[in-house]
This record gives sequence, structure tokens and C-alpha cells, in this order.
Amino acid sequence: MTYVPNTQADRESMLEAIGVGSVEELFHDIPSDLRQPALHLPPALTEMELVAQLRAMAETNADLDHNACFLGGGAYHHFVPSLVGQLVSRQEFYTAYTPYQAEVSQGTLQAMFEFQSLICDLTGMDVANASHYDGAAALAEAALMAVRITGRERIAVASAIHPEYRTTLQTYARPLGLTVETAPAMPPGDLSDYACLIVQQPDFFGRLQQMGGLADLVHQAGALLVASVDPISLGLLKPPGDYGVDIVIGEGQPLGLPVSFGGPYLGLFACRQAHIRQMPGRIVGETVDSRGERGYTLTLQAREQHIRRERATSNICTNQALAALTATVYLAAMGRQGLRQVARLCYHKAHYAADRISALPGFSLAFNAPFYKEFAVRCPLAPAELNRRLLERRMIGGLDISDLVEGGWLVCVTEMNTRQQIDSLVDALAEVTR
Amino acid sequence: MKEGLLSELSAPGRQGVMLPDLDVPEAALLPESFLREDLPLPELSQVDVVRHFVRLSQENFAIDTVFYPLGSCTMKYNPKVNEEVARLSGFSQVHPYQAQETVQGALRLLYDLQEYLAEITGLASTSLQPAAGAQGELTGMLMIRAYHEAKGQGHRKRVLVPDSAHGTNPSSAAMAGYQVVSVGHDSEGDVDLTQLRELMGPDLAGLMLTNPNTLGLFERHIVEVCNAVHEAGGLVYGDGANLNAILGWAKPGDLGFDVMHLNLHKTFSTPHGGGGPGAGPVCCRDFLAPYLPGPVAVRDGDGRYTLRQPAEAVGRVRSFYGNFLVLVRAYAYIRSLGPEGLRQVAENAVINANYLQTRLDDAYQVAFPRRCMHETVLSASRQKAHGVRAWDIAKRLIDYGFHPPTVYFPLIVHEALMVEPTETESKDTMDAFVAAMLAIAREAEEDPALVQGAPRSTRLGRLDEVTAARKPRLCWG
Repeated sequence: MTYVPNTQADRESMLEAIGVGSVEELFHDIPSDLRQPALHLPPALTEMELVAQLRAMAETNADLDHNACFLGGGAYHHFVPSLVGQLVSRQEFYTAYTPYQAEVSQGTLQAMFEFQSLICDLTGMDVANASHYDGAAALAEAALMAVRITGRERIAVASAIHPEYRTTLQTYARPLGLTVETAPAMPPGDLSDYACLIVQQPDFFGRLQQMGGLADLVHQAGALLVASVDPISLGLLKPPGDYGVDIVIGEGQPLGLPVSFGGPYLGLFACRQAHIRQMPGRIVGETVDSRGERGYTLTLQAREQHIRRERATSNICTNQALAALTATVYLAAMGRQGLRQVARLCYHKAHYAADRISALPGFSLAFNAPFYKEFAVRCPLAPAELNRRLLERRMIGGLDISDLVEGGWLVCVTEMNTRQQIDSLVDALAEVTR
Repeated sequence: MKEGLLSELSAPGRQGVMLPDLDVPEAALLPESFLREDLPLPELSQVDVVRHFVRLSQENFAIDTVFYPLGSCTMKYNPKVNEEVARLSGFSQVHPYQAQETVQGALRLLYDLQEYLAEITGLASTSLQPAAGAQGELTGMLMIRAYHEAKGQGHRKRVLVPDSAHGTNPSSAAMAGYQVVSVGHDSEGDVDLTQLRELMGPDLAGLMLTNPNTLGLFERHIVEVCNAVHEAGGLVYGDGANLNAILGWAKPGDLGFDVMHLNLHKTFSTPHGGGGPGAGPVCCRDFLAPYLPGPVAVRDGDGRYTLRQPAEAVGRVRSFYGNFLVLVRAYAYIRSLGPEGLRQVAENAVINANYLQTRLDDAYQVAFPRRCMHETVLSASRQKAHGVRAWDIAKRLIDYGFHPPTVYFPLIVHEALMVEPTETESKDTMDAFVAAMLAIAREAEEDPALVQGAPRSTRLGRLDEVTAARKPRLCWG
């Protein structure tokens, strides 16, 4: 297939206008012995052939349309209303780029302003940026931001943050000479040497911690409190802005994005007004045009790499704008009632599943703590083996966390799981462990 | 038409989506201290939401509506079949933590794409994890750092970056803990080789180089530049932003690059999405492969695909395995075009850019007058004599129905206009764009106020960016 519109006649007349006899002459700056190397790639396909091949590849994967899903761990299977995909697919959004030219990008700019506003409403924070790559990279950038604000070089992390987030943080921290240390559980110990304390709510095991008083302890030590949150849970749970968090990050994938084998996802990033000039990433602001009409534009760009180069707050340029648009459409469609309902359904269904599973012989809840939509179970059978047996019954079981919790299996239940699915899961567990 | 904000369109009690009733017994609620009181989200009917976003979309210029020659961004046509395959449930509805036996098709796609990108760049190994070009740069610089440290060369702290480089380069080097030193250019737009040689030393970690560079020019001393860095014990990082120009015509690995990123949303046609998501895979030579961030896909002897963490990985730079659905689109693009199709991409991108440069060089100053590659950098210096700046020309192009080129970049060109047509535009489009640019050059002489007051065809005139930054209003609260 080719997507080149120029005909041979076009090319010839253009080469003539340029004043060269052949295309090769245009490539003469490439050293001749290195020019036009062999390219060993499979031959071109027509659209018909391509679709057939990719469909065949896709069909070898077990997908969540054909298997009940009880798997979470940072990627969540939630309902996406049809209008989300339809609207986000508008090619005027899809095939534009970063809105450098505000007058011809008001669609993207207003939608990003709405995204920032919705994230503020959801988290209870003052300002949000227009997205980061994903939750893990957002967490790393939040820690670097806390380091810039406090001038301190130690980062304290609660023990139950997502392990991949912690690894990502270490990747970003190490070259800058920053240390990442595990903080003791509440109270977090003396933080007077630390830039921040990073917590996750609900934590990696789905547990909820009492946040009352934590921010005060952190602030008394001159540190910042950073929280990683699940945006769906905020339909029910107290927003982090209410318990004194300074920087909120999160994985925005549950807001209308399919699980997609891990990406593209959406890094959420919000903070207090006082810190906006240290925030990384693009930000859209409201302003007026030459006639006094309200409009939107990229703003506070003096923080960014294209202006400040090696002194920028971050190297981020391309972000996850379309994923942010997806979340905006999702939140607009779900609205106040819809998001509350989703959050509530997850909570009650997860607790129903937890009650039933923990009543099975050999199964028990790993923790005695309040939880939201995920819970850790100790199993009488190796979790990997359990998952193999469930797959035979068209169920994708929980996450094997036996490296963290003995016999541990992290189960996730969302509004997508019907009572029938949960009952079938319980029956299957009873059967395979009998 | 002016479109209100979601918050202004909201009315209490409206609902856009209904969910099924709870079908299990209610559990005891959490203690009140965990619960929020109010959820201040807007309330809209479904049709309200649809009209709102359709109307907003109509306020955008996009590749699918107009010519979009935004230099350095490679705004080529995004094939629609790639969208269709990315939406297959076997790709989009697959959880990243599913057992590897259940995702063999996805892993095979990752593996094959790693191999294709390595072949295209002439390098040995690939990690698909970085989410965007800038994250790829950081990744590559962390790999260079890990390599030097492993060799007991941790004292190498300096990274050279040409003054024409993208801002992400110095920023990424700084995030990798490096001290950035700028290298100048010579009168022909190439790296200043004399200055480069003077900057070599025992503390050199490496050089970050874009080739073709941001002037749209192929670095003619590329082999000497790489040799000089290597002789000093440094490594050469390649910014692959401009790979479109040399697809199938040169392999960066052959030219001397040790590690580089590719922008799949540029060269490999995945949609730019209003600013992302992109993907910034990193390819490298054999000796750097152990440092690639993981996991990467590998194929076992029995033809089974698995995910593995390279031995000395710099860590991971995000969760999971990369922007997977972007990778699916790039894979589909490479399979559609095949080797010959990719070579034709570069050819036609270069023909289009040179044609534009040739047709425009009477009316506009070409920054470095020699054959360009995929883009040409003009200067509005002649127009500035009449009080018309690059920014004004950009805005006036909107009235002619074109998205403006990149302006004021690269920083080393006065009043820069950076025009990248790409291969998916026709000669007819080039001619129409040239006609508009020539008309604007005349207007700049005869009626500068007309250009300075542009655009006039859009709903809004120029936005006040100074007030936006001075009194930031960043949400509707």
C-alpha cells in the first residue's frame, strides 16, 4: 500500500523545478557507501491482507469481551459508554497536534481546560495539568517536583504503592542522586529530611488507610504529601484535597480507556495553587482574544523544555492528550450521578465477592482492613495454578501476588462483573480446590 | 459558534448514561471519614455531551481537514485501517497482567516490531516501553550512563548538545544527571567540527544529535562527528524525530549512532491526538542491549513469546510495556508499506520539501541555502523589515486555510518558519501553499497591517497569552 499522492509525472516536474536530474541527487549528503542499504522487512500488504493477518494475531489473545475479568493491579476493566469512542474518534481531535496555534485549536484547548477542571473537581485540588504519560511516570515526576520545592533529596514511600510505580520512581531518582526509602506505616516517622511522603489510596492491595492527621505530620516536618489515587474510587471516597495532599497523581485509564495490554493510559497530575510554577507538563489557561472574547491557550510555558531547555521542570513534550480527551468525555457523560453509581457498584460487588470467597474452605482475606474494589486473598492453591483452572472456564483470575503475600491472590471486581459472574467464580474456586 | 463550558451546560438531575441496578446485597458502608460529601461533576444529557464535543472538534484544524506543515512534527496522513486494527478486541480488551500464554498474539506483535525497528535503524535491540520521544531520550541517556558506570567511567558527566537541538535533548540529559554543553554550527548548518573536537575530553559522556538536524539538513560530517565522540570514549545518542527523511536511505546504526529513539507518531503515522499519545521506542547497539528498560518481548527456541527484563536494565520508565495500541498502529503501517514503501516515504517527503524551498526562495530567506531533506527552514527576516514577523505570517496562513508551520524554532534561525510537508501531500497542495506564502510576502510589503492583524477568518482573534500567564485561570472553579 502507498499513501503517497504524487504521480510519476508530478515527481518529474517537481524534480525539474528543483533542478536535479534524479531523486538520488537529493540524498547526496548521505555518504555514498552508506546510502540505500538493504532493508530486510516483510513485503507490503494490501488493506485486505493486513486486516486478515492482524485479526488472526488478535484472535490468539484471550480478551475481556469473551472472558470474565477479575484482574486489576493498576489496569481496570470498566464500562465505556459508546459515545466516548465515537466522539474521541472525531478526526478533528484525532489528527491535530499540540495546540501551539490557539486560534485553530480551540476545540482541543477548551477540552483540555475542561479536563483540568474535572480533575480538580474530582480530586479537590486547585490545578491540574493537561496529562502525563501514565500513573507511574506521573508519580516519578511528582517526587521530582517535591524535591525542587523543598530542596531535599530523600523521598519516602509507603510500602504498599504499586511495585511498578516504585521501580519507575527509582529509575527517575537514581541519576539525580536522590534516595527512595520505604516509610514505616502510620505514623510515618521523622520526615524532616525528606522532600515528600508518597502514599497510595486505595493501596496496591486495595486497602484504604485513615488519612486524618497524616498531612499535618508531613507538613510539620516541612515535607509534602503526595497521593496516588484511583479516579473511579473518588466517586465515593473523600477527595485527597480534603485530607491535605499537596500533589495528587493517578492512573486515569479507568476513565473511559480500555485496558489495551497496558497503554496508552493517562497520567493524572494535580497540585496546590502555590506550586503551579513547579508543575511539569502542559497547562491550558483561560484568556481573551483581541476582541475581548473568552478563549483558551497553552500557558505558563516558561516551565517547559522548549523554552527553558536543561533548566525545565521536565523534559515532557508529547503527552497523552487524546487519553485526556477520552477522560473528559467519559466524565461528562457519566456526570455526577453516573460516576457515583459506578463507584458504588464496584464497592458493593467487590464486598459481595470477598464475603463469598473468604467463606470457602481454605480461602481467607489476607488483610483485616477496609477496602474498595480490590482485595487480597490467601488461597489453598498456587494462584498461578488457580488462574490456569479458571481460564478453562473463561475467567481471567486475580493477580498472583504470592511473591508479596504468601499464597496471595489480588482480586478485582468492578461494575462489569455481574452477580452471575461472581457466583460462577466462587463455584469454580470451590470446585478446583475441592 | 461560541460553545459554553461543560459546567455552564450542566443542570441538576440530567443524566447521560444509566447503569444497571445493584444485583448483589449491599455491603456495610465505609466509616464516614472515608467518604466524600459532594461530587461536584457536571450533569448533562447524552445529546448535550455529543453536541458539545462535536462542536468543539469543529474549532480545530487537523490533518484530515487541512495541510498541516508543522515542522519537526511530521504531520503525515494517518491511515484509517490502522485505527480499525487497533480497536480489535484481541488488542484493546487484553489486560497487561494476563498470563503470557493468553497473550501470545500481542507478544508476537511486540517482538516483531522490536525486530523491524532494529532493522530500520541498523541497530541490534529495541525496547518499546518509552511513552513518547522525550521519554525515549531520557531512557537512552540513562543507558549511556549505566554503560559508563559499569565500565568504571562514572566520572563522565558532560553531554554535548548542538545549539539547533530540540529543547527536549538538553532537558532529558539534565534529567539523566548530566551537565549539558552546547555545540555550535558552521556556516553551512552542520555541527561545527572544530568546536566539537575542542570539547572532547575525559569527562565526555556523549553527544545527542538529530540527523537530519532541525534545520532539515543532513549532517555531512556525521561519520567524523561520531568517530570523534567514540575516540574520546563517548557514545552518540540519536534523536529520531526526523527519521522520516532517511527511511530506507540510510540506517543511523551505519552512520555511527549507538542508541536512539523513534517517534512512532511522526515517522510511523500514528495519530498525534491533539498532543499525544505517541510512542518513543529506543533502539541500541549490542553492547547497550543489557541496559534497555524492560520488559522486552523475546522468542524462545520453541517459538513461544515471553516478556523478559534485560540483565542490567536501567529500570522501567513507566508501567507495563509501552503505549501498546500505538505500537499496533505502527506495526500495521510498516507491514502495509513494506521496505519499498518506506523508501518511497523518504523520497517523496524530501522531494516535497525541496520543491517548497525552491518555489519560496525568491520571496523568503532560506536559512541555509542548500538542498534540504524532509523540511525547510525559512526566515522572515525580509518581511521583518516591513514590521511583519514570522508569528504574523503564521497567523495569516490560517486565513488562507493552512495550519501554520513551526515558528521561532530552531532557535538559531532569526524569525524561523519551519515547514515540513511530508510525503502524503500532493504537488497540488504544495502549489496552493506556495501561492498563499507568495501572496503573504506581497501583503507584507504592501499592507503589513493586514498580516499583523491576522487571523480574521477564525471565531476568535489572537489570544492574549501574556495575561493568560500573568493571571493564570486554569480551571472553572
